[in-house]
Amino acid sequence: MVGVTFSLYLSIAWISRVKTTKGFYVAGGGVSPLANGMATAADWMSAASFISMAGLISFMGYTGSIYLLGWTGGYVLLALMLAPYLRKFGKFTVPDFVGDRYYSNTARFIALICAIFVSFTYVAGQMRGVGIVFSRFLEVDVNTGVLIGMAIVFFYASLGGMKGITYTQVAQYSVLIIAYLVPAFAISTKITGTNIPQIGFGSTITDGVHAGQYLLTTLNQLNTDLGFAEYTKPFAEGGKSMLDVFCITMALMVGTAGLPHVIVRFYTVPNVRAARLSAGFALLFIAILYTTAPAIASFARYNMINSISEVEYRAAPTWFTSWEKTGLLAWVDKNHDGIINYQAGKAFIGTPDFTGETGSHGQLIVANTYADSDNELYIDRDIMVLANPEIANLPNWVISLVAAGGLAAALSTASGLLLVISSSISHDLYYRLINRNASEKQRLLVGRVMIGIAVCVAGYFGIHPPGFVAQVVAFAFGLAASSFFPVIVLGIFSKRTTKEGAICGMVSGIVFTMIYIINIKFFGGQPWCFGISAEGIGAVGMLINFMVTLVISRLTKPPPQSVQDMVDTIRYPRGASASINH
Amino acid sequence: MSSNSAEEYWKANIRLVIGCLIVWTTVSYGCGILFADALNGIKLGGYKLGFWFAQQGSIYTFVALIFFYANRMNKLDKKFNVDEK
Repeated sequence: MVGVTFSLYLSIAWISRVKTTKGFYVAGGGVSPLANGMATAADWMSAASFISMAGLISFMGYTGSIYLLGWTGGYVLLALMLAPYLRKFGKFTVPDFVGDRYYSNTARFIALICAIFVSFTYVAGQMRGVGIVFSRFLEVDVNTGVLIGMAIVFFYASLGGMKGITYTQVAQYSVLIIAYLVPAFAISTKITGTNIPQIGFGSTITDGVHAGQYLLTTLNQLNTDLGFAEYTKPFAEGGKSMLDVFCITMALMVGTAGLPHVIVRFYTVPNVRAARLSAGFALLFIAILYTTAPAIASFARYNMINSISEVEYRAAPTWFTSWEKTGLLAWVDKNHDGIINYQAGKAFIGTPDFTGETGSHGQLIVANTYADSDNELYIDRDIMVLANPEIANLPNWVISLVAAGGLAAALSTASGLLLVISSSISHDLYYRLINRNASEKQRLLVGRVMIGIAVCVAGYFGIHPPGFVAQVVAFAFGLAASSFFPVIVLGIFSKRTTKEGAICGMVSGIVFTMIYIINIKFFGGQPWCFGISAEGIGAVGMLINFMVTLVISRLTKPPPQSVQDMVDTIRYPRGASASINH
Repeated sequence: MSSNSAEEYWKANIRLVIGCLIVWTTVSYGCGILFADALNGIKLGGYKLGFWFAQQGSIYTFVALIFFYANRMNKLDKKFNVDEK
């Protein structure tokens, strides 16, 4: 199954290979809104969306909404405030816009550094995701998995550039969405008798002791019994506060709208009308997965509690013991009763460190220190999607389908990010700042070489993951929110915004956000700003950027007439298809 | 195009954007977060309403909003004769 999908991606790449920089950076500007919508959705939904999100929500309950709202709401901002205008502007990259609109190479350079930093933090996690899927499903070494993934991405990204990536992503979207929906439909039918998960989520349970009760009501009950907060309760004791939920949601939304690899996708459509429409298609395709995820989360939690809580270890379902071997599950018999006691709190400190011995009930013994709670069960959140087919007793081909889906999600996101890194360096740095006389051929060559280098760096991080990968994801969104979003929006909607304003705004937004995140994540500092966590501080950074840019712009002399005229042109759709042929 | 009608086109666009953003804020930050606790008192089948907005309803609204905006803007483009030929 995985082999079939890989050869599909490679053949698409061969058919859509390109010879011009325009084809390489923006697919020649000829992608249909529907295809671009699919490609954007695949580009956007990463290994984290596919594998981890449902599991996260399953443990977080209501609070999991920060990801659901945060990673979809940004598309409304994109569609209404960015995409159509950037399409009319019609160049190749985000730093292109910042540099031209703010008539300044300093602004271009700051934007370029941000684009590269944001994309690298993101891509490291994707390569790791590729490795993990390979190792869990195909029984090859994680590192071999990363190398195979690198080779495939390099082949289709360097050959076809944006054009190759776009059409491969269309195929990858189809693979990943089928792989996500098939188990979801099956599990929804099994628990609620309704095959649409979005409806089953709010229906009643058909079998077992809770038959006839609403699923969510049952979950609230089960959670309370085990000492957790109610599943649907917002801002429960010990969880995130309302302000924190608000800020994280905003930072994720605005960050989404400011991520360079998402924005550049809208340069690839033929005109402004297509840009608007394609944002709608993108969100529609994303929403199919994002409205299914919370349903899977609740089914999985119900299934898990029901099938293993207060069950004798020896009588536990077979998937339990098979996933135990992967280290995603572990059980410690604290009270020596042979029964799995699942409750709120940690079972032990850290991730399972198996000694290789088995205990009196056949369980794998861990060397970890017990945590101070009666909970005996360690569960990795990723298991909720990965083990779903087994928990629901689905046939084997579904399991390999899920593997192919996870790989499609990771590869599509990685390729989009690598192209941004490559185009930032070959177009913005090399062509715009270093060698204005570079020929088309030279630029294309630099672009291809840069993809090669970027793939190697990403692969290195995939094989030797720096301990901070998980922590720097907050950076990617925080930085995108506090740097790009405000200056692009003001660049379009306020002609009075000057280069001094934009530069000071970007710098103050980034510096504030970075210091706050570094202090919390690396020095164990307190979230001193009203208790807002590192993930949400980008929202405050964005406000600072907006304010600084607005104030400084009023104090400095207005932008030159040519720039003001450019802003006027951006605002009116006519002539977009011509503007790209500069 | 005269500068007068250009200005009018832009104003109409801004009005539309603001209108859409109000809806956007109301469903996500309003119903999904600020008033989620209060709305949870109301049931929609098996869903508590605040929870439904946060995990389902807002996302549906977002999709509808973008298509609505795209549709209205295309009409506006034609009306002010700035559409692409």
